[in-house]
Amino acid sequence: MAIDENTVRRVAHLARLALPEDRLAPMAAEINGILAWIEQLNEVDVEGVEPMTSVVAAKLPMREDVVTDGGDARKVLANAPKSEDGFFVVPKVVE
Amino acid sequence: MSDLNKLTLSDALDGLAAKKVSSVELTDAFLGAIDKANPHLNAYVVVAHDKARAMAQASDARRLRGSTAPLEGAPLGIKDLFCTEGVRSTACSAILGEFTPTYESTVTANLWRDGAVMLGKLNMDEFAMGSSNETSCFGNVINPWRAKNSNAPLTPGGSSGGSAAATAADLCLAATATDTGGSIRQPASFTGAVGIKPTYGRCSRWGIVAFASSLDQAGPIAKTVKDAAIMLTSMCGHDPKDSTSLDVKTPDFAKAVGKSVKGLRIGVPKEYRVDGMPAEIDALWEKGIQQLKDAGCEIVPVSLPHTKYALPTYYIIAPAEASSNLARYDGMRFGARKAGKDLNETYKATRAAGFGKEVQRRILIGTYVLSAGYYDAYYLRAQKVRSRIAEDFTNVFANVDAMLTPTAPSAAFALGEKAGDPVQMYLNDIFTVTTNLAGLPGISVPAGLDANGLPLGLQVIGKALDEETVFAVAAALEDAAGFAAKPGAWW
Repeated sequence: MAIDENTVRRVAHLARLALPEDRLAPMAAEINGILAWIEQLNEVDVEGVEPMTSVVAAKLPMREDVVTDGGDARKVLANAPKSEDGFFVVPKVVE
Repeated sequence: MSDLNKLTLSDALDGLAAKKVSSVELTDAFLGAIDKANPHLNAYVVVAHDKARAMAQASDARRLRGSTAPLEGAPLGIKDLFCTEGVRSTACSAILGEFTPTYESTVTANLWRDGAVMLGKLNMDEFAMGSSNETSCFGNVINPWRAKNSNAPLTPGGSSGGSAAATAADLCLAATATDTGGSIRQPASFTGAVGIKPTYGRCSRWGIVAFASSLDQAGPIAKTVKDAAIMLTSMCGHDPKDSTSLDVKTPDFAKAVGKSVKGLRIGVPKEYRVDGMPAEIDALWEKGIQQLKDAGCEIVPVSLPHTKYALPTYYIIAPAEASSNLARYDGMRFGARKAGKDLNETYKATRAAGFGKEVQRRILIGTYVLSAGYYDAYYLRAQKVRSRIAEDFTNVFANVDAMLTPTAPSAAFALGEKAGDPVQMYLNDIFTVTTNLAGLPGISVPAGLDANGLPLGLQVIGKALDEETVFAVAAALEDAAGFAAKPGAWW
């Protein structure tokens, strides 16, 4: 299934990746090359096969609902591009 | 004592225990070797001179007080995918900027608990996406090996190119690495080192920058099978902070090295003999088969019918999981930020500026195959094919104890040689991705040199949680191959 420039533009928006207009066609071509190669998966008989979601046949482990970490704002903010008064400073989120 | 850096991990540990050498002496020897070699090889992206010396001094002090910790005093290199507290960790991506973790990954914490010393952070493909270490924001790693009569720079393989190059060039006793599609085993093969990816869940992924969560596993790259076993024992262990971490005991893997392989049934999967495979690699594989026969193994031809679908399956699942894992790099809470006119523009500008081309390509593919309308056709189908691939292994392992295959479809190639077509680069992982998809342990052992004098590796695949058999077979191959070649130091 080949994708066109419009699809690349839409997917780039979903991924919040800025793609300059002149990169749309080359990226579509590269991705199409990969998708064409992936098409062969349609040959496999997967009738009645469960999708493999986990490598280990294990149940998700549970734990006691107690606080065991956190509470150190300095550490959390240590790598912030911009912070002030114990908050992350970010562009306006709500219009 | 100018050759301290050439010791194996095992010999160095013996020397440290016998007080023939101190951790400070060893560490200084490595720091000297790194300062000389790194401008040429670019294996390290951070050399932690002060921290290494401080850790070495602390180790020598602990030894005076009677410490017998398993890695006491051993200087190691750490792939930049592991978060190391107080030392910049970037996954070799510009998007992480000067990110300096305020926590330690569980695997590296285990190494420091066992007394090891950190020399620095090792170069790698950006976000572990690559098979040649040509996508790092810090530049390429150069393989210490060169082809006969040539000065052309070769790739050390990837994504753990720095780990492999540093181990091969004696710039650390051993290194940590990670493997999602072959990123430990293929670089080990390209550099004449030993590299093992354990069973999924043996090593904790907590504190390791995530690429594809159902495939990623940490493991060592080392100079010998015994060294790799010593490293893996320290790295493994249940971690309640990683819900995919297996709650199983870690055996002393070094005890399996040297165990007799007589009577073991070794499967040789016919689908791994691919079209266009270089005759030399086929010959090396045949030689390995004969060596195991001579050691008393029974060779069993087997079939893994869905092998050819493994790579395309991987290239749906891995990018899909990566697109989810890399969504956190948004410039808001850590890493680099590139301002845009509003929130969305800031996200887009930050991610476009911070991620390299290969990473962007995989994020886009991943986003596409997970998007509405395409999820069933691609991702769900790939998950089902994955079940089939895992089933192939379960069926074969009912009848054999381990399998022998080549590690990579070629020796180390020239930088830039495969840069044109992404699929050409992806084919590097053809023999290794199956074990990631099935969650099984796999090791690469250097088995010989090709006509150009470049190392070639053989891979042993084992049953889930049976690294001991993997190590025993690998050690038998290592013994038989007698691979002692080292790259001539041209730096």
